[in-house]
Amino acid sequence: MLSIKNLTVSIHGKQIIGGLNLEVKEGEVHAIMGPNGSGKSTLASVIAGRDMFDVDAGEITYMDQNIFDMAPETRAREGIFLGFQYPVEIPGVSIANFLRTAINEKRKYLGLEPMTGAEFLKMMEEKKKMVEIHSKLTNRSVNEGFSGGEKKKNEIFQMAMLEPRLAILDETDSGLDIDALKVVANGVNKLRRPDNATIIITHYQRLLDYIVPDFVHVLYDGRIIKSGDKKLALELESKGYDWVKKETKADTIP
Amino acid sequence: MNTMYTTLIKDKLLELFETEQHNIRGNATPMVNRIRKHALTRFKTNGFPTTKKESWRFTDLTPLLNTEFAFDFRNQSKSTDIEKIFTCDVYDLDTYSHTLLNGWLIYKHAPLTRLADGTIVGSLAKAMEVYPDLVDRYLGKAAATEQHEMAALNTAFLQDGLFIFVPENTNVEKPVQLINIVNAEQPVFLQPRHLVIVGKNASITLVHCDHSLTHNISFTNTVLEVFAEEGARVEHYKMQNKGRNSALITHSFFHQKENSRVSSNIITLNGGFTKNIVEVTIDGTKCESDHYGLYLVDSNQHVDNQLNIDHRAPGSTSNQLYKGILDDEAKAVFSGKVMVRRHAQQTKAFQNNKNILLTDEAKANTQPHLEIYADDVKCSHGATVGQLDPNAMFYLRSRGLCERTARQMMMIAFAGEVVQKISIDALRARITNMVEKRLKGELSICEQCVLHCNSKEPTSFNIDLSKL
Repeated sequence: MLSIKNLTVSIHGKQIIGGLNLEVKEGEVHAIMGPNGSGKSTLASVIAGRDMFDVDAGEITYMDQNIFDMAPETRAREGIFLGFQYPVEIPGVSIANFLRTAINEKRKYLGLEPMTGAEFLKMMEEKKKMVEIHSKLTNRSVNEGFSGGEKKKNEIFQMAMLEPRLAILDETDSGLDIDALKVVANGVNKLRRPDNATIIITHYQRLLDYIVPDFVHVLYDGRIIKSGDKKLALELESKGYDWVKKETKADTIP
Repeated sequence: MNTMYTTLIKDKLLELFETEQHNIRGNATPMVNRIRKHALTRFKTNGFPTTKKESWRFTDLTPLLNTEFAFDFRNQSKSTDIEKIFTCDVYDLDTYSHTLLNGWLIYKHAPLTRLADGTIVGSLAKAMEVYPDLVDRYLGKAAATEQHEMAALNTAFLQDGLFIFVPENTNVEKPVQLINIVNAEQPVFLQPRHLVIVGKNASITLVHCDHSLTHNISFTNTVLEVFAEEGARVEHYKMQNKGRNSALITHSFFHQKENSRVSSNIITLNGGFTKNIVEVTIDGTKCESDHYGLYLVDSNQHVDNQLNIDHRAPGSTSNQLYKGILDDEAKAVFSGKVMVRRHAQQTKAFQNNKNILLTDEAKANTQPHLEIYADDVKCSHGATVGQLDPNAMFYLRSRGLCERTARQMMMIAFAGEVVQKISIDALRARITNMVEKRLKGELSICEQCVLHCNSKEPTSFNIDLSKL
């Protein structure tokens, strides 16, 4: 589904990602872990189409299409979703209005009829239940005055509404208490299907107690220096990142 | 070179004041004529405001005055059947409607009407005859002719406009709508004067619209004085639908006594040159004063909003929120001043001006001023000039919205903060619709304007002002 080959990215001449490779197939959950500043969020932003970075080398294909030929909205309509580490507050734009517009622009792109108001409301109620939103959050302006937990829940709610094929969750667990973390994890698990994939970017192992990944990758200094299964996350938790760093120095990584 | 024009029109105005003295004085009270003379002296000394003056630094009147203007001191519009030439098309807006044509109040039956609740509404010229004591007590008491050159000019030449008196404890059920129409075959210079007196614990909503029916050059210099007595409530909405060749200066002077509540909302969508001056004197404790403004301007439009709130008594709250979106080469000026006098302790005053520039050529000048002499106050001000937030744009696009839709959504939201303050449902719906259409580019400013300059059929009217 997603294939990243030799990706090299910089901002203002400073290299952030250098020669990164990653393959994600349908039905898989990948966790990308790594210390601060290793390039995790940059990777997520580049896949979603943020234009503040320079892609110096490499390629990303999504569903066999070159992703760099696609505007951010096209990527979204083709099924890519980015859960933001810092969801943006947009005063005056209601969540309901914004999501209905987003869904209908996607449907138009896919050649489908727009969703009626009634269908949309019904869907919204279902998805609210799924991600355990009980409040009138959806009547409010996008993220305006939301608590940290509400913002992250809102990201998962939007993900549920947009039904992506590839979801990238950028530090969705940061700043969440254990209850909010469970809600977020439950939402992600309920949305898992054999034909979609999830990339979870996280600093801590904690979220992976609730969302079990098929693969765990360690990102360091803009490259994936180690990959493994869920056990790798536990090992990282107990031994720290220094352990992988030392280990990779011993191996000679090309 | 430029100053020549203003001198020319200044000399012409001074000359007209002499030759037309009989008509101008009309049936005004001796007191009003004394105020008039005083204001003329001020105008003689100060002339038109120039860009040397701080409050006019970015707004130059001189090019607008370079025209041979016609004046109507004798009310040539008296016998017009207004319904034949204009009806307000805001659906469902139920108001007591009054129309001014070229500065004179048009009426079917009587120049002054007394509503069932005792409220008097009608012509100021007539009110000076019928209620001289009332007019004398208020007229000119709020309009500071010393600081405001254009208000001095208006006061010197004042003849007619809307007069409203709301007796104590009276709630005027429907909004009173004032429609100020300019319809002339040649360039006209108009100076309507409105006086609104709202008695103790009385309340009124005023919808104030300026229209032009032709695209001829016009210069309108309006002064509105509003007196809110103890516990009074006043809502003022100012709207306009003017052609590109129109210049419109509107002074709104509010004088507030204790416990009174005033709100104003100035929406500038269409017009060539617009300057709004809002002056508020808070002369009693526990007043509330909210002033909102929205301007959506494009091409070479110029809009200038100047606010001055003077807290002279303790414990009152004032709030200013002005927002604008500027396209093409449009220019906007905002200058907001809050003065808190030494005795005005526990004052809360907030001021905010936000501008979005859509092009590199659009220009916004914003100047917040706070002048605080009391020590126990809560005041804040903020001003921003910028583009749409790129983070928010990316957020919306990453959900599948195209760039255009994302921009529109953010601009509508930006403007919505001011539009939502309109408490009359029909009016809010109409303005929301106009703002959305305007921002979606469905209606260019011209198409939506009553003038329909682009249409082949010219709008024709019966009034021949060339006879003036």
